[in-house]
Amino acid sequence: MYALSTCAWCKKTKKFLKASNIEHEYVDVDLADQETQEKIRNDILSMGGRLAYPTTIVDGKTLIYGFLEDDLKKALGI
Amino acid sequence: MTTIEEVRQRAESDARTSGYYLNPDPDFLKDLLEGLKANEERYGFPSCPCRLASGKLEFDRDIICPCDYRDPDVLEYGACYCALYVRKDVHDGKTPLRPVPERRPKEKITRAYGMVHEATTEKPPEAPIVFTKEPSKIKMKLWYCKQCGYVCFREEPPYICPICKAKREMFAEITNKLGK
Repeated sequence: MYALSTCAWCKKTKKFLKASNIEHEYVDVDLADQETQEKIRNDILSMGGRLAYPTTIVDGKTLIYGFLEDDLKKALGI
Repeated sequence: MTTIEEVRQRAESDARTSGYYLNPDPDFLKDLLEGLKANEERYGFPSCPCRLASGKLEFDRDIICPCDYRDPDVLEYGACYCALYVRKDVHDGKTPLRPVPERRPKEKITRAYGMVHEATTEKPPEAPIVFTKEPSKIKMKLWYCKQCGYVCFREEPPYICPICKAKREMFAEITNKLGK
C-alpha cells in the first residue's frame, strides 16, 4: 500500500488492514527519499495506475484508490 | 510553532466564512488537522494532507489548504479532496461521504515526485523548472452578490456570500463590458 504520513484516508486504510489481520506492507511516500519517490511514481504509472493516496495493491494486480471498505473487502475476499 | 488548536480555529473560521462545515468525525478531523500541521512545519505552508507536495511554494500554491479545488469539489461531491470541508448535508449524515476524484492536473501531480529533495540539495537541479502555462479549462467570471454588492472573480459563484451570508442563488454574473 502506498500512503502519505499526513493523510487521514491512508490512516483509515492502515487501521482497516491491521484490524482485518491482512498481511501487508506500506510506504509513506512523502517520507521516502528522492530515488524511492521516483521509483514508486514510475511503478504505479507502469501498472496503469493513478497517483493518489492511499493506493492499495492487492496481490500485485488490483489497485484500489482511497478508503473504499467494500471494494477492499471484495478484493481481499473477506 | 503552530498548534493543532490554531490549525483547527483557522479551518473553523474559513468553514464559517464559506458556508461549509468541518468533517463531523472527530478522529478523522484530528488526523487531518495533524497532517496540515505537519506539512506547515516541514514545508512552511499547510499543503493538503492527502496530496504529495513538492515543498516548493510556487509549485504547491494550488494545494495549500483551502486548495483551489475545494469549492468545485464541495459543490459537486459534498466534500473537498481530503474531506476536511464538507457540505451541510454530508455533515448531517444525509449524504454519505465518498472518495472525491482528483481535480488537480495530472502533470502537476506527476512532477511533484522527488522535487522536495531538489529543494534541499546544494547544487542546482540539472534543468530549471519551467512552469508551462497549462491550457486551463477554468473560465473565470466576475460575480456580484445582489444582496450586499460583494464582488468576486472565480469560476462559479461562492456557496454563500462571505460578507452577508446570502445563498449562492443571490449571485449574478457581471457581463457588462467596460468601455462599451
